[in-house]
Amino acid sequence: MKSVSLLLALGLSAAVITAASCGGNPAPQNPTPNADSAAAAERARQDSINAAQADAERQAAAERERVENQRRADSLAALARSSEEVRATLAAMIHFDLDKSNIRSDDMGALDRKVAILQANPELRIRIGGHCDERGSDEYNLALGNRRAQSAKQYLVSHGIDASRIETQSWGEERPLVDGHDENAWSQNRRDEFEVISGGDNLRRS
Amino acid sequence: MRSVICFAALLLAVGPSGRPAIGQDTSTIDRGVRIGIIYRAGVRPGLVMLPRTGMGLDSVRAIVARDLDYSDRFEVITLPGGDSIRLATPSAAPRGTGTRRSGTGTAATGGAQSGGLNYPLYQALGADFALDITVAGDTTVATLHDIASAGVRRAVRVKLPRPGDPDFRQAVHRLADQALQAALGTPGIAATRILFVKEGKVYQIDQDGVDQRLVSSTDRQAMSPAWGADGRHFAYMEFQAGKGWLYLQEMVTGKRIAVSTTGSALDFTPAFSPDGQTLAFSRATEEGTDLYTINIKNNCCLRRLTVGRFSDNLSPTFSPDGQRIAFVSTRPGLPQIYVMAADGTDQQLFAPFDYGVTGSSNAPEWSPDGQSVAFHRDVAGTLQVFVLDVRTRTVRQLTSVGRNEDPTWAPDSRHLAFVSDRSGYRQLWIIDLDTGRIRPLLQQSGARLPAWSPRLSEAPSTTP
Repeated sequence: MKSVSLLLALGLSAAVITAASCGGNPAPQNPTPNADSAAAAERARQDSINAAQADAERQAAAERERVENQRRADSLAALARSSEEVRATLAAMIHFDLDKSNIRSDDMGALDRKVAILQANPELRIRIGGHCDERGSDEYNLALGNRRAQSAKQYLVSHGIDASRIETQSWGEERPLVDGHDENAWSQNRRDEFEVISGGDNLRRS
Repeated sequence: MRSVICFAALLLAVGPSGRPAIGQDTSTIDRGVRIGIIYRAGVRPGLVMLPRTGMGLDSVRAIVARDLDYSDRFEVITLPGGDSIRLATPSAAPRGTGTRRSGTGTAATGGAQSGGLNYPLYQALGADFALDITVAGDTTVATLHDIASAGVRRAVRVKLPRPGDPDFRQAVHRLADQALQAALGTPGIAATRILFVKEGKVYQIDQDGVDQRLVSSTDRQAMSPAWGADGRHFAYMEFQAGKGWLYLQEMVTGKRIAVSTTGSALDFTPAFSPDGQTLAFSRATEEGTDLYTINIKNNCCLRRLTVGRFSDNLSPTFSPDGQRIAFVSTRPGLPQIYVMAADGTDQQLFAPFDYGVTGSSNAPEWSPDGQSVAFHRDVAGTLQVFVLDVRTRTVRQLTSVGRNEDPTWAPDSRHLAFVSDRSGYRQLWIIDLDTGRIRPLLQQSGARLPAWSPRLSEAPSTTP
């Protein structure tokens, strides 16, 4: 009972308000701000300016940080890149003529670069693996692969690298790099491979 | 089957009565019977396998016939299935009956029992021997008839394992060898096997190209199997991470024992001394590759035979008297075949070559009769099998088709197994040096480094 009368009262008051706004004075377009509201507006303006400034500062800081991070990452990448380059130079294969184990003159530069890297990184130890193509005798190729690995080692040692930093292995013709039965494949398979045993982190160029 | 019956009937027809059955006084042989075409009298005796059927006999006969054929010591005269033989011997038959002990009407079917056989018939076929394989109870009887003397040369009685038994084929091979021994007085090579490497594993296969079995008992890459002189075990090399270890393995049990060496080097190409006491091998170190021996009876006493310094020495092979070792040395610049005393002294060139002309020579193997060393040599960029005559020190080239390498001697010193790509892919072939006949051992690619066994005696009873 009580709630019904309350609803009625609300309904009546709503009708009265509607009637009042529809007829009589139109609503004021620009109500003149009183002193209180002007102050509030000014405060709000100031607040927004402050907020904007803080925001800009935050953004600037973030940007600075981002740039800083980027610079750091870039320099790390550069470091890694140079280390990667060094690693690639170190791992660059050298190749041999058929049934030969002497170092070819066109491979001496590659070995000289390895000498520089080994000198710049005294902790670095490497392993040389000698490989042959499929044309020779299966068993003789184990001896020939050994000779090829020794040839490269002797070159490095004769250029000042301590022999104890270099291990050698022969793979004979058991691990061809390229499958195929033509001179293109064979010439790629007659090779020495170079791998890092230890001391290979953060390699320096020189 | 029909032709066999037909053939038996024909034999019956030309039995003791001597009455012409079909045709007149000349023998008419249908196509498919190889007679007078390949066979040359006085070069190889003709041998005919008498047709028989019976439990398990088909495979026994087939295996024996192939073994005798592969011995390359006979002209095996086949009486093929789809063909019939029409034969009449009006003049020979009476003579034949006279020489037969008790001429019966069942010459072909009852030969083993009666010893009677229509010898003139087989003589007309070009046969010097006839082999008859029959079964009596659990015993298989191989009766070898000597056609010229019209009698039984020898009857071999054996109890064969059942077909499918792992020892069955070798037992049949031994029977073939006994028949060959009875006919020619020389031992055969039927009961032998060949070890080879494929995809890093060691396999064995009977010399007739059947019954291939994996013998590697490890997953490491294996190379260079080599038989012990007793045929009971073999040596080989396990290859891993650029290092090589030598092992001995028992054929029957598969049990393997490491050969005590330093283990840090690359040891390869093991070779047994004939007395089985010593293993010679190659070792690659920072100094190069050199030859060593080790006492495998006591697993001790490593001994260095060569000091190459600037050359490599490898691939040893003992002479059958154990006194000498042939090997490969790069001292002339390219690998060539050298020889030395078994203690490493008196090293000298073995197989002659021309400086700057002759290509690399490798993989020597001394023949079991001591007279030859087989090896391969680079000829115009590809490998060919050669044989060195030890006495005259002359070499002759055996192969010329495709690439041919890694020869290994059969115990008869007249057959060699080798790797060849003559059929388009690398697999194992066998050549008979006397006739020049070449046959494929396998029909699969990738096989290499073969090693032919000595004659394999009966496997020692493996008591469980």
